[in-house]
Amino acid sequence: MKHRVVITGMGAITSLGHDLDLFWENLINGKSGISLIEHMDTADYNTKIAASIKDFDPLDYVEKKDARKMDRFVHFAEAAAQKALKHAELKVGEQSIPERTGVIIGSGIGGLQTLEKQHEILMTKGPKRVSPFLIPMMIANMASGSVSIHTGAKGPNTTVVTACATGSNAIGESFRTIERGDADVMICGGAEATITPIGMAGFCSMRAMSTRNDEPEKASRPFDVHRDGFVMGEGAGVLILESLEHAVKRGANIIAEVIGYGMSGDAHHMTDPDPDGAARAMKNAIADAEISVSDVDYINAHGTSTPVGDLSEIKGIKSAFGEHAQHVAVSSTKSMTGHLLGGAGGIETIICALTLQHQQIAPTMNVDEQDPSCDLDVVPNQMREQGVEVALSNSFGFGGHNATIILKKYDE
Amino acid sequence: MADMMDKVKSIIVDKLGVDEAEVTPEASFKDDLGADSLDIVELVMELEEEFDMEISDEDAEKITSVGEVLNYIQSQQK
Repeated sequence: MKHRVVITGMGAITSLGHDLDLFWENLINGKSGISLIEHMDTADYNTKIAASIKDFDPLDYVEKKDARKMDRFVHFAEAAAQKALKHAELKVGEQSIPERTGVIIGSGIGGLQTLEKQHEILMTKGPKRVSPFLIPMMIANMASGSVSIHTGAKGPNTTVVTACATGSNAIGESFRTIERGDADVMICGGAEATITPIGMAGFCSMRAMSTRNDEPEKASRPFDVHRDGFVMGEGAGVLILESLEHAVKRGANIIAEVIGYGMSGDAHHMTDPDPDGAARAMKNAIADAEISVSDVDYINAHGTSTPVGDLSEIKGIKSAFGEHAQHVAVSSTKSMTGHLLGGAGGIETIICALTLQHQQIAPTMNVDEQDPSCDLDVVPNQMREQGVEVALSNSFGFGGHNATIILKKYDE
Repeated sequence: MADMMDKVKSIIVDKLGVDEAEVTPEASFKDDLGADSLDIVELVMELEEEFDMEISDEDAEKITSVGEVLNYIQSQQK
C-alpha cells in the first residue's frame, strides 16, 4: 500500500525574504531580489549582478562554534530546516519518532566558498595549513548530515546532486521514501551558495548568465525576446513532508498534498537541454499522480531566462500537454528570485504550495516583449487571482537531469 | 609569558567558540572546552602558524590542556 504524502511545513531563505508571508507578498507584487553584487569585486566579470542574500546571520540559527565549521550553503539549509520544522509545529523526538524522520536536502555544487578559501591557503601557505574542516565543510551531502545532527532525525539520510534539478529530486525522493513506508516524516529540499569568485567565473565563461548589469531587476526575463541568460541566486527551500496518517494523527496543519513525481534523462548533451527529456519528466509525473494533463492548472517553470532553456521547456510543455498547453498558466518566478541552482526546486515547490494555499499565481516579470516562440500563457508581469487545484514544478539540470513534482490542494 | 597566554587564549576562543573565562590552564580541550579531534588538529595548525614552529603529530597528541600548550610553546622557544 502506498502512503499518501502531505506538506505540513515550509521554510525558505531567499533574496525576497526569510519569512513565507513576506516571500509570497514580494512574489505576488513582482518584486525583484536581484541587485549589483557587493560582497566580491566584480570588476573583471561580465556579470556583476545576482540575487544575493544580504540580511542573514547564521548565528540566529546555529551556535557560533558550529557555524564556523559549516559552509554558507549549510547555514542556509539549517535555517530553512528550522523554519520548516517550526512551521510544521514538529520537534523530532516529540511529534515524530527520530528513527522514522529522515533528511534529504541537496546541493547542486556544495561548499564552493570553502573550497576556494582553502585552495588559496594551499597555494599561499602550503598543504599543511589546509583546514581539517575543508572536506566535511565542502561535501554536498553535509546539509543533510548537519540538519540530522541538529534536529536528531535518525531516519533515512542521504542527498541528491543533479545540478539545478537537485531540490526537486530531493523532494521527489523524500516523497517516495514516505510513500513506500520507509519514514513518517522527511525534511527535504535544496540549498546553494555559489555567488563566489570561482562560481561566478565558471558560469560567466559558459556565457550562461545575463550581463544586463545596468538594470539588475530586469535582467532575469524568462520567455521575453530579449532574455540573455540566468541570474544566480542563493538560499534554501526546505519542506516537511509527512505521511497523511502521521499528519492527521498529530493534528498537523496540512498545506498541500504531493501527488506526483517524475524523472527523466535527456541522454543528449552536457549542458544543452532536450525538450523531449523535459516532456517525459512531466508525463511521468502526471502518470504517477494518476491525473490527466487537463487537471493541471499551473506550472512553475524551470524558466531560467536563458535563450535555449526557456524555448526547450516551452516545447516540452507543448509536447507533454498537447492542446491543454494553451490553457495552463506557466510562470517563472526566477524572474524575481534568480536561479538558486540546487536550491531552486526547494523554493519553487514551496511557491507551488503557496499558490494552492492563496489561490493566486505569481507572475513572470519583465516580459516586455514575449518571445513569439514561447507562446503560452506565461502570466506576464501581473499576478493573477485564479482557482488552482493542481500545481506542477519543473527543474532541469546540467547533465540532462529532469525532475517534476506535482502538488494538489489537500482534500480528505 | 602574559603576551603568549593572551595569544593562545584568543586562538582558543576563536577556534573553539568558547568564552575567554573558560580558557584556564587546567581546562582540558576535550572535556572542558568541547573540542573534537579535528578541532585539536586545527588548533595545533593555528599555534604552529602563530608561534612559527612545527608541532609533530606525536607531540600534538600529548597536548590535552591549555596549560600543556603553554608549557610546550615555552619549551620550544628556549
